[in-house]
Amino acid sequence: MAIKTYREAITEALQGEMRRDSRVIILGEDVVGGLGGTAGEVEAAGGTFGVTAGFAAEFGRRRVIDTPITESAIVGAANGAALTGLRPVAEVMFMDFIGVCLDQILNQQAKFRYMFGGKCSVPVVIRTLMGAGFGAGPQHSQSLHALLTAIPGLKVVLPSSPADAKGLLTTAIRDDDPVIFCEHKVLYGESGEVPDGEYLVPFGEANITRRGNHVTIVAFSRMVLLANKVADKLAKEGISVEVIDPRTTSPLDRDSILESVEKTGRLVVVDEGDPYCGMASEIASLAACEALDALKAPVQKVTPPHTPVPATPHLEQEWLPSPDKIERAVRTVLGAKLARTG
Amino acid sequence: MTYDPVMLLDAYRRMRAIREFEERMRREVQMGTVPGFVHLYCGQEAIGVGACMNLRDTDYIGSTHRGHGHCIAKGCDIGEMLLEIYCKQGGLCNGKGGSMHIADLRKGMLGANAIVGGAPPIAVGAALTQKTLGTDGVAMAFIGDGASNQGTVAESLTMAAVLKLPMIFMYENNGYAEFTGTSYHLGGADIAKRAAAFGMPAEKVDGTDFFAVYDAVGRAVARARKGEGPSAVEAFAYRWYGHFEGDMQKYRDSKEVERLRASSDPMIKFSTALTQNHGIDAEELREIDEEISELIEDKVNAAKAAPKPTSEALYSDVYGSY
Repeated sequence: MAIKTYREAITEALQGEMRRDSRVIILGEDVVGGLGGTAGEVEAAGGTFGVTAGFAAEFGRRRVIDTPITESAIVGAANGAALTGLRPVAEVMFMDFIGVCLDQILNQQAKFRYMFGGKCSVPVVIRTLMGAGFGAGPQHSQSLHALLTAIPGLKVVLPSSPADAKGLLTTAIRDDDPVIFCEHKVLYGESGEVPDGEYLVPFGEANITRRGNHVTIVAFSRMVLLANKVADKLAKEGISVEVIDPRTTSPLDRDSILESVEKTGRLVVVDEGDPYCGMASEIASLAACEALDALKAPVQKVTPPHTPVPATPHLEQEWLPSPDKIERAVRTVLGAKLARTG
Repeated sequence: MTYDPVMLLDAYRRMRAIREFEERMRREVQMGTVPGFVHLYCGQEAIGVGACMNLRDTDYIGSTHRGHGHCIAKGCDIGEMLLEIYCKQGGLCNGKGGSMHIADLRKGMLGANAIVGGAPPIAVGAALTQKTLGTDGVAMAFIGDGASNQGTVAESLTMAAVLKLPMIFMYENNGYAEFTGTSYHLGGADIAKRAAAFGMPAEKVDGTDFFAVYDAVGRAVARARKGEGPSAVEAFAYRWYGHFEGDMQKYRDSKEVERLRASSDPMIKFSTALTQNHGIDAEELREIDEEISELIEDKVNAAKAAPKPTSEALYSDVYGSY
């Protein structure tokens, strides 16, 4: 166990799997960088945020492949390579760019196994950066995990800690289904303990980051950190908050969520995705459909508004869920009584 | 040029099988026995077969919505194809893909694809596998004139050229993208020249002439096997029937197809060439014709009689594990 950043943990998982299995390849824009420039053949990037720095030297450019800016061909090539025996990890630099290559995700990789009658495997991982907080504007800041979660055939993974980043990415690369691995750009510098050596975290098993009895908070990705902060603050007032990080939205650990809601009777969902048809709505719906009798208060959703992400830094902060907004939601569910008839 | 007579007879058998298969499908669709949409390959047989006779089972093809001909050309089992088209148990995709999604990885067939322009990036990925694993295998994407306008095709050309992949862009210019003619929808551009602009050899050939296609694709495949990178071939042929079977074809002069059948039937051209220039006995071709005819009759009947997938199949194979 050592303290590492989220970014280092991702590198470690990729490196571990590249060393373990020669079928694993990486492809994307500037995963090495520097080809064709006037400085000669140098490693100019190693990935936009340096995650794959040094990989070309260790694994060779045959397995660490710089592509042109062609998202459909990047994901499509990963799909074709996966069907024919490789285990590609494709990088779609920002999640917003999913818009450019959605067909290869929605109609191709997600459906191959089903429409080919189960006669193929599709071991593709798409690594992509989600999330606001950088002032990166409407086309570099979105959290589109719910959109992808609604596509049968895909698995969608949202690590919130360095340890999970390593363990979930290792699992993703060994998985025989397409996995969308959503890395939150604001978490890249976060540190935490990361197990040494081989480390896998299974999909569909929530992590309960705080134990509590009064209120359940279900939070995704970076929102887990905010929820933890609120739980720690309220603990000093004697308010006992349970925080659940589902880790993966598809598959979703419904049992852990329902078990907690049965216990606390009060639910707050925090997500950086849209308030409509998003994970907050999905979890609220889950509680309403499966645990209504246990609810002592209406479910509170803490999400951004139904708007694009503004580039304006102070408006972006206003747009984002915050510890204050989460705390208010917790106090609301604690104060509210659910009106019941009959 | 001399050709191996065994190869030529095999090619004839595949072309005849496609013709017979598609004509039968046409009648069956008209009788209402086939579920979903069916897009027929009649008129383009020499392209699929001329191209695929250069390939091995370990080479890959990405196909289109008009994929029956590509499947037969690449060696897929006709009985299993029919089971699939009829959405029955034992079909190539266990009855869940249907006409527009037939795939057979054992034969290097990466799937018909109901998204126009969907398959070329996938074929590029198969070419990437060949290169990464250091084989001398290749991958080929069939691309219609309609698909040639899709951005995915431009991206695939770029990627294949930049990574110098063993890839063949097999364009099939059949004169129509759905209900719109090439003289309008290509915007005046020339498909082969477009491919050439990406830095690869691109040839134009008569797609109703088996030998022209076979030779041009042969050059492209040889180049790819030697590690010299991608090539494109644009083959011109005619779509004898509608975009899908049932299309009223209002966009076509009523005599157009009659003229095409009389002047450029790839089957007549090929069988004439075989008997006149390549020493093949007409009787031998007639025997193949009869054999194919019986085979298709038997397999269509078997497909119609086969059991349907059970309700369990609705839920299976969404994931490997979940």
